[in-house]
Amino acid sequence: MTSAIVGSRILAALAGVRDPELDEPITTLGFVASAAVAEDGTAEVHLRLPTYFCAPNFAYLMVADAYDAVSALDDVRRTSVILDDHFASDAINDGVAARAGFIRSFEGEAVDELDSLRADFLRKAVMAGTDQVCRPLGLSPDSLAAAVLGDLPPSNALDRLRRRRHELGLPAGDDSPLLIDPLTGTPIGTDAVPLHLRKARLTRTSLDANTGICRGMLRHRYDTDGQGEEALP
Amino acid sequence: MYEKDGEKYFVVDSHMHYWNAAPSNWVPGAEQYAKGWIECFHAYQGLGPAETHWPIEKFMAYTEDDLMKDVFQDGYVDVAIFQPTYLTEWYKEGFNTTERNAALGAKHPGKFIANTRWDPRDGDDGLKKLAENVDRFGSKGVKLYTAEWNNGSRGWTLKDAGAYRYLEKCQELGIKNIHVHKGPTIWPLDKDAFDVSDVDHAATDFPELNFIVEHVGLPRIEDFCFMATQEPNVYAGLSVVIGGLMHARPRFFAKVMGELLFWVGEDKMTFGSDYGIWEPKWQIEGFVDWDYPGEEFDDFPRVTTATKKKILGLNAAKLYGIEVPQEYQLGAGEGTPAARDDAVGVSSESPAATPA
Repeated sequence: MTSAIVGSRILAALAGVRDPELDEPITTLGFVASAAVAEDGTAEVHLRLPTYFCAPNFAYLMVADAYDAVSALDDVRRTSVILDDHFASDAINDGVAARAGFIRSFEGEAVDELDSLRADFLRKAVMAGTDQVCRPLGLSPDSLAAAVLGDLPPSNALDRLRRRRHELGLPAGDDSPLLIDPLTGTPIGTDAVPLHLRKARLTRTSLDANTGICRGMLRHRYDTDGQGEEALP
Repeated sequence: MYEKDGEKYFVVDSHMHYWNAAPSNWVPGAEQYAKGWIECFHAYQGLGPAETHWPIEKFMAYTEDDLMKDVFQDGYVDVAIFQPTYLTEWYKEGFNTTERNAALGAKHPGKFIANTRWDPRDGDDGLKKLAENVDRFGSKGVKLYTAEWNNGSRGWTLKDAGAYRYLEKCQELGIKNIHVHKGPTIWPLDKDAFDVSDVDHAATDFPELNFIVEHVGLPRIEDFCFMATQEPNVYAGLSVVIGGLMHARPRFFAKVMGELLFWVGEDKMTFGSDYGIWEPKWQIEGFVDWDYPGEEFDDFPRVTTATKKKILGLNAAKLYGIEVPQEYQLGAGEGTPAARDDAVGVSSESPAATPA
């Protein structure tokens, strides 16, 4: 297989890696500076972020997830994922390369791995996705409280909401309630629906605004498109 | 003072800076952090209108003349509040210290309020320094930056016992306003550094203090709003919201403003330009002209001239005891600036609402 084809498979793999905070693929966010594979099967990926001081925990997750996604490809023998231009680049790059985990990568500075941080942000993604799915329906609180996922018309937003719920171990099947508490999985009763939807909308607004700021900052920092940036999410 | 369509706006810029980030002020061995910090700020300026962008050289070290012209002469500001940021691990004299700000303020009486700062990791020495600063500069507010690096530590939270000693000291010294700014690093690094729940604890335990969450808790607007609606003494500092979104992302700006007006309310939102990141002129002109861009925003609280007067100056004037001439005051029935009432939009049946 040519390195160009492997290169495009690497990009496809990277499109499955999300910024856990913004819940978007790192490719469409413009975070992939380069992705290539050499004749000997060594893949080298460079990532870039909107600022030098982007939060190191989220940066670590993206580098580690990118490493896992690319290493899993058949034609890749060795993987190197390098975060450029970041205050914690060395700790993150060395830690991920050594498969050291977050605690060992930031010795003395972290007490836990990042699973609960990731889950917190998946719950935000579930809330934002709830707004995206429910708003166009225009249903009453009664109907929304009674609805199950299988009642809804198919859409990308619904698929995405189901995937996020599934990742959290929350009910995501056709007979699962549409509205649930993303922490406990408990269905939302009719009386609680208006506030739940307000919170869902606010969470989506927050995510969208942050994504907007991040895109603007990245564009100021780098005047080139990222690899795979033009692809639709 | 800004005047438009016969309406007069008293302007308090409640969040601005006079920094020195020139290479000559970088700490040897920490140059990459000093450079990275100011470049990050400069990228934020890129979110404003192109004609207001500065070259990085000017941005690192704008002058007193630049500031006086941009903020007061061209920028309509009546009173500006310095929010110091020390970063002494990266900048030799600090990025912008209370001393530096107050020295400029002393040359222009009545124009500036010099807030100071503290860091709980400075222990007893820091408590003494705080008392000294209040005595010397008359500070009525402090700016807290929880992600500041200090002797190997990458940050702190308001829940720390050490922080409570400082909050008690603030009350004792007559400091009323606690401006909290979150940043990307904090110990331990596996937690969300932008989490604002520590402000919730402190606001509950220190009801006499006002907690102004700068940049409305960005990037955690939702956590900030859920908290602010339950805490009568928590306010929204709008710096970055207007500067970073109004021009660059007008639709998101409208949504964020709508959410803030709903959850926090117009009495508890304060304008801050974040100068030198953004000049106040375009922000004030644009905000006075601003309204929701369409019908899809109909279920957000309305924005009136009184809303804008409160946000641009009257709320902060109240928090800081700044005298506002009669001609800028609100008319009867237009509300009370900086009132600690509930957020305007939370209905009485919602669990987020608390009794008035």
